Amino acid sequence: MIRLTFDPFDPGALLTEFCRGRSEVGAVASFTGIARAEAGATVALELEAYPGFTEAEIGKIADGAKARFALDDFAILHRVGKIAPGEPVVFVATAARHRRAAFEACDFLMDYLKSKAPFWKKEHGPDGARWVEPRAQDHADLKRWEKETSR
Amino acid sequence: MARVLLFGRLSDLAGWREREVESPFLSALKARLADEDAGLGEALAGPGVQVALDQVIVRGDAPLNAVTEVAFLPPMSGG
Repeated sequence: MIRLTFDPFDPGALLTEFCRGRSEVGAVASFTGIARAEAGATVALELEAYPGFTEAEIGKIADGAKARFALDDFAILHRVGKIAPGEPVVFVATAARHRRAAFEACDFLMDYLKSKAPFWKKEHGPDGARWVEPRAQDHADLKRWEKETSR
Repeated sequence: MARVLLFGRLSDLAGWREREVESPFLSALKARLADEDAGLGEALAGPGVQVALDQVIVRGDAPLNAVTEVAFLPPMSGG
């Protein structure tokens, strides 16, 4: 499942729903990203997507995760529009027979979402708004997976 | 007639997000937009701006006669 939503969501409810009826997978890992207030520097986060294109590109990232890990299923829900500090921005869940694949696939999906997914992010602060580009750390996080591929 | 879409800082800069433009080629479309708004023209030619025709990234010039949507994508921030 890959979905974008303008509405706030409840990560607990999503996780409960994702776990439901799985008698063979054995392991579910999840990650929830929450908008940071940065001690008042960020009043709101605004995320723009290109509907259709953004989901398709996230689909390619998910195909990469499926090819790489023994993944049974996954769910990715991403907020778009204006997001207040403290609200969940992204939810990722992965299901696999064993925990290592579930943990690693979740980690992999988040690293790719944070650096490669087609979103445009604006931070609204007390002194106005600014467009944000990926942090150097996001690119460094992505490199971990490239190294492991070439090994 | 193609629907032109601007994302991120490009739409802030241009003051619009979406409009219909008639143009036979991508190069001609860019020239026309640059003619109307030199700042936007410069931004569209800037580093890291990608173009998607009907949601497929293209490089270089391309005919637009069968294209319904031209999207200009500035560097993406990730989620």
